[in-house]
Amino acid sequence: MTLLQVENLTVEFPSRRGTLTAIEDVCLTVAPGEILGMVGESGAGKSMTGAAIIGLIEPPGRIARGEIRLEGERIDNLDREAMRRVRGRRIGAIFQDPLTSLNPVLTVGEQLIETIQTHLKLSRSAARERAIDWLRRVGIPAPEKRVDTYPHQYSGGMRQRVVIALALCAEPRLIIADEPTTALDVSVQAQIIALLRKLCKETGASVILVTHDMGVIAETADRVAVMYAGRVIEVGTVADVLRAPRHPYTAGLMASIPRIGEKPDILPQIDGSMPRLNARPDGCAFNPRCPKRMDICTRLRPELTPDAHGDVACHLFSKEPAT
Amino acid sequence: MSTSTLSRVWDSDLAWSFRHSKTALISSVLLVVLFGAAIFAPQLATQNPFNIAELELWNSELPPFWVEGGSRDFLLGTDVQARDVYSSILYGLRLSLIVGFASVILAAVIGISLGLLGGFVGGTVDAVIMRFADVLLSFPAILVALLVNGIARGILPPSQHQDAAIYVLILAIGLTNWVQYARTVRGSTMVERGKEYVQAARINGISGPGIMFSHIMPNVMGPVLVIATINLGMAVLTEATLSFLGVGMPATQPSLGTLIRIGNEYLFSGIWWVVIFPSIVLVVLVLSVNLLGDWLRDALNPKLR
Amino acid sequence: MLGFLIRRIIQSVIVMLAVALIAFMMFRFMGDPVNSMVPEHATEQERAEVRERLGLDQPLFVQYGRFIARAATGDFGLSWRNARPVSTLLAERFPATAELVLVAAVLSLVVGIPLGIYTALRPHSFNAQTLQFLSLVGISLPTFVTGILLILVFSVWLGWLPSFGRGEVIDIGWWSTGFLTASGLKALILPSIMLCLFQLTLLMRLVRAEMMEVLRTDYIKFAKARGLSDRAINFRHALRNTLIPVITIFGLQLGGLIAFAIITETVFQWPGMGALFIQAVNFGDVPVMAAYLVLVSFIFVVINTSVDLLYASIDPRLRVDDAGPAGGGH
Repeated sequence: MTLLQVENLTVEFPSRRGTLTAIEDVCLTVAPGEILGMVGESGAGKSMTGAAIIGLIEPPGRIARGEIRLEGERIDNLDREAMRRVRGRRIGAIFQDPLTSLNPVLTVGEQLIETIQTHLKLSRSAARERAIDWLRRVGIPAPEKRVDTYPHQYSGGMRQRVVIALALCAEPRLIIADEPTTALDVSVQAQIIALLRKLCKETGASVILVTHDMGVIAETADRVAVMYAGRVIEVGTVADVLRAPRHPYTAGLMASIPRIGEKPDILPQIDGSMPRLNARPDGCAFNPRCPKRMDICTRLRPELTPDAHGDVACHLFSKEPAT
Repeated sequence: MSTSTLSRVWDSDLAWSFRHSKTALISSVLLVVLFGAAIFAPQLATQNPFNIAELELWNSELPPFWVEGGSRDFLLGTDVQARDVYSSILYGLRLSLIVGFASVILAAVIGISLGLLGGFVGGTVDAVIMRFADVLLSFPAILVALLVNGIARGILPPSQHQDAAIYVLILAIGLTNWVQYARTVRGSTMVERGKEYVQAARINGISGPGIMFSHIMPNVMGPVLVIATINLGMAVLTEATLSFLGVGMPATQPSLGTLIRIGNEYLFSGIWWVVIFPSIVLVVLVLSVNLLGDWLRDALNPKLR
Repeated sequence: MLGFLIRRIIQSVIVMLAVALIAFMMFRFMGDPVNSMVPEHATEQERAEVRERLGLDQPLFVQYGRFIARAATGDFGLSWRNARPVSTLLAERFPATAELVLVAAVLSLVVGIPLGIYTALRPHSFNAQTLQFLSLVGISLPTFVTGILLILVFSVWLGWLPSFGRGEVIDIGWWSTGFLTASGLKALILPSIMLCLFQLTLLMRLVRAEMMEVLRTDYIKFAKARGLSDRAINFRHALRNTLIPVITIFGLQLGGLIAFAIITETVFQWPGMGALFIQAVNFGDVPVMAAYLVLVSFIFVVINTSVDLLYASIDPRLRVDDAGPAGGGH
């Protein structure tokens, strides 16, 4: 059984100059214990998808259509209070910048304890024990002492560990990690990813790992979803997608990553840039930049279709012959 | 102005935002009316309230025309000296705005000069100016204005107090409000000073401050305009307050604040119109200026919204 | 912390010395102090004697030093207007101003902060928009106009509340209080409303702006993502971060209240220091002006310094006593 199932999720932002569609007909599944990587350029809709799943789209944005099911239960139409109980307890979230994710005027312990007590029926002392235990699990030295200190007394990497403890302390089944290491030193990034991976194995939680770092995906994720201009254009196992990308955009993305041992004179790059939300071309959004564009690409939007190697939304792989 | 310039102005972001802001439209219409009334006060007034020959005592304490006992000759009634309230307000508005604009210009000149000086010279000069600005800012404006006013009165012989009142007010308010200009201009100057063209100009023997001035002004025009607009409201309010307190414009040359003070003295005799109408005009004036200033600040700094 | 304290105190002393210099210059150069000390038809010799006795023949900085020494003991000489010691005049009138400012400060806090929170949490509600507009009117409304309107409505038309004076006061030592009599309390109502209104609207707008800013921060977003209740997010997380900067501003506002009390005291004929100051400005009574300036500046400086220290002790990021960042990130 799938843990999370997202179908045709569409998020719109009404604005003065018309409605902007931030993500359109996004379909995803996450199996229990699985790490799903999500890649794409900034603005492709990765973070918006994450925000939609935990029900934290900033107004006036709203889910225009589609369904989100967690353990078979629809959560996109829950009321405020019910959705609040899902957040933290069943879906946890980790954001990009550990320096700004923690409240500067509350101690780390206070923030952990309130989160634990919000979701679990524990006494204050039991919650405190659990808080210290979680600090230990995320690798904070001397947690009995550090529990009563303020975030500014931690280094960046340590703070991100605290953030992970906060996201996991009520043992949610799904973690949405939105660029969890982007703001950190390169030397710390690998440790944080390894920690996240280890803790999720221990608790059996699944992870949606949003990143633009293909290296992280390759090391950590089981499957990967590639997003472009608000849509998922290719999904598959990491091995399939990284080694044999099929969508021309994914192929371009992979080719633009430098590989150790090879020394290309020029790193290939995809010409042009991702279209803005209000200027998406008809048909396939990638068609103006696509090296393999066909007539149909400017007319008909390709849908995500499954086959033996995963799902891809590209007319090159459509069952019917392209006309 | 050619048509192309006109259409460019019309299509600019500022104009777009202006056309789509109800508060900006309403407040600027009100301001145009008030400024017009002040400029054409002598033409619009039905009486010269400063000419004693025109005052006839049996017309004193008349209520507004729509109240029983009122007269159409005196639309908003008369005060105890038979001065027409409507005409007094027109002249008072004129004086209030003159003091307001003059003190804003004085504050801007002082502030921009000190800001340029501090930002360009730096070092001790800059530190002294900015420290002084900090101290000045930590005191409420009204207190500083009162103090400058009191000192000026102490220095001038009492016989000149009335004639000099308007200049003393402009000085007091101007000296109180220059700090914000100085800070803004100084910041911008310091940014520009580090740029290459200034160094290049210096090497070529062109005057640094001169070339900087022409580069800095475009950058600071927006903020300075916002500060000036908001300051105009402050200045009018400060003038009114000082006059109300009896240390501003004298009764022989009443501004709106003086009119309110005079009216306040007769509040208990039931002649409310002498105090209410000048108050309404003052409030509408200050509110319109503030609303316009608020809109301008938002329109020029979309980030801050 | 200690270094900060010392730096802050040195700063305050410099400000006070500068203020004292202004006061001294007023004394020295506004009118001839000798005139107020000698009979009208004194001879040149008599005048010279007085000059010598006052030390006016000595170098300026010596005079300045002596001025500071006397000012520090509260000696500002005699009022030029009624020849009474300035320190006595101020002491008589201090309690009236202090009580008025205190009541207004409490009122503006108790009303302004909740309104600010409300408008920040429901920024699009009708009530909040109305309040926001009213607060703009409140800021644009000259305080004396507010006072006049209050008198017109509650004293002249309705006749409910007194329009001038403090009512009955009870003397406790040198302090005279209006808190202990019914008429004293009644007399406080209109003046304190007038005085607090501007600060109240300012405080409300400040809390609103600050809180809306805080509600947009990442840590609030993260708190929401952890499923914390609205109550915990708004009051535990957002409010605490909002109030820290608000404290600083409120300290400055207290100074504003003292200054605006000048206007309130004029409108309500309140026998406080502000009314005394206005009379002094009007008559060019330099000793009273100078003494008021020094006293009010002293109060400002004390408030500002304590607020800075309070701020430093409330905000954990500025608390330097506990060793700072410990342990590296590994």
